Amino acid sequence: MKHQEASLRVVSASPAPTAADPAEAPPVVDILSAEKVFANGMRGLAPIDLTIRQGEFVSLIGPSGCGKSTLLKLVANLHQPSDGRIAWWRGDFRRVGEAGRRLAFVFQDPTLMPWARVDANVRLPLDLAGVPRAGAAPRVAAALEQVGLGRHGRHYPRQLSGGMRMRVSIARALVTEPNLLLMDEPFGALDEFTRNKLDDDLVQLSWERQLTTVFVTHSIYEAVFLSTRVIVMAANPGRVFHEFAIDEPMPRGDAFRGSARFAELCRGLSAVLTEASIASQRRD
Amino acid sequence: MRPSIKKPLMGQEWFVRFASPALVGVLLLAVWQAACRMNEVPVYLFPAPTDIMATLAREWPALIGALGSTLAVTLKAFALAVLFGTGLAFLFVQSRFIEFSLFPYAILLQVTPIAAVAPLIIILVKDTSTALTVCAAVIAVFPIISNTTLGLKSVDPGLLSFFRMNKAGRLQTLWRLRIPSALPFFLAGLRISCGLSLIGAVVAEFVAGTGGRSAGLAYEILQSSFQLDIPRMFAALFLITVTGIGLFLLMAGLSRLLLGHWHESAMESES
Repeated sequence: MKHQEASLRVVSASPAPTAADPAEAPPVVDILSAEKVFANGMRGLAPIDLTIRQGEFVSLIGPSGCGKSTLLKLVANLHQPSDGRIAWWRGDFRRVGEAGRRLAFVFQDPTLMPWARVDANVRLPLDLAGVPRAGAAPRVAAALEQVGLGRHGRHYPRQLSGGMRMRVSIARALVTEPNLLLMDEPFGALDEFTRNKLDDDLVQLSWERQLTTVFVTHSIYEAVFLSTRVIVMAANPGRVFHEFAIDEPMPRGDAFRGSARFAELCRGLSAVLTEASIASQRRD
Repeated sequence: MRPSIKKPLMGQEWFVRFASPALVGVLLLAVWQAACRMNEVPVYLFPAPTDIMATLAREWPALIGALGSTLAVTLKAFALAVLFGTGLAFLFVQSRFIEFSLFPYAILLQVTPIAAVAPLIIILVKDTSTALTVCAAVIAVFPIISNTTLGLKSVDPGLLSFFRMNKAGRLQTLWRLRIPSALPFFLAGLRISCGLSLIGAVVAEFVAGTGGRSAGLAYEILQSSFQLDIPRMFAALFLITVTGIGLFLLMAGLSRLLLGHWHESAMESES
């Protein structure tokens, strides 16, 4: 184990974190020795310490069972940690939702209401917060415009393609103007072409809005393309195995995707992931 | 849609949906008519369709009155079943404690044959029409309870998380999520229950066997059988069937109206 970690440092030596200012940005999420033991006694997550700073795009990647989704749900307050705690903007969850501290979650599936039109689906978080219809309408229109669905507000979800439904789901997250965006493998079910397009748009969006994003993915290419920092996790028990920074300037596009540097970063991440999956089996 | 290519008759929507079942009906009636006439079956044994129609026309005033009475019992029972059924379903999903303590007794309603309880209800409830309504409601209520309960629980867990994350209240979750999710199940319950209301109304009247002011179609059938007036029995039977089909179509129409734009069960086939 020790030997492996030593060798990994060598692997990650090339994309070493060099950007100085992200480390100075104020923390958005502090994960403080948070661990998760499930009701059946399974250890989902060993105690994890992790700080996510303002403006970061952090990807969580790792073999299945490494607890990346669980970690994301802890950050979303959908699950509570068994031990340790999580701080949002240096406070507890009650203050999340105030101006400048809004959180939005995008699920693996679009999870739209099939009985409601696209605009009503996007309006849902505003409706739940008691925002009047008249005030909500322009915000809904703007959010739909932002994801390129400005003309589809009156459609029903079933009339849209899988990629378009995912866009609706993202619009529903954006309509509350979140500061922290949590995404759980949002494009996993899409074909590669659609996925690349959505990745491009997401990069643009999070850069324009200075979003802080935590993104769970299975795709090495996606993680490298989107992230300012990639966190590789291992299973049995779920833990942070390794992390490295991707210090390519934002916004990124096809030029980065086609570059030799991108290929090199992907190769590096792939090697770390292989190590992580070997380490995941050993503890059994 | 490719309007330039002429589809064969069998592939056309209107033919499959309306013309082909109508054709089968006409064919069956023709065979029935021919068989009765060719074998010279006496009317008092097995009447031909034309004999039944003649009886229906002749006995119309009495039969339509009976139909009105049966229909009134059916609709009242149906309304009662919907009211109590949905009420109980909402109660059941409030807590597991309530559900587990009450659900076995709801099943009791389902498994007890109505013909066995009807005499008791008829003795206990003074007014005959009310007694019939109660009997019919008792057998019509279960599909609504069980379907609506299932529906209220069949909520997309992702959407439920989304509601929770947005700090939605209990009422918001009920109104915006649980009720729309339950609607397809509830409407399926309605389709079963409306037929059961009619069956309940007729069966209860058979058991009650009373005439007088509120004589329904079951009473007409009983009377006709005492008098060996077979064509009249058929005529009354015909009216019950038509009523049942009418109620079913009404519920199917309601389903289409409420679900047509989003739920698979009520959508037009797109092929």
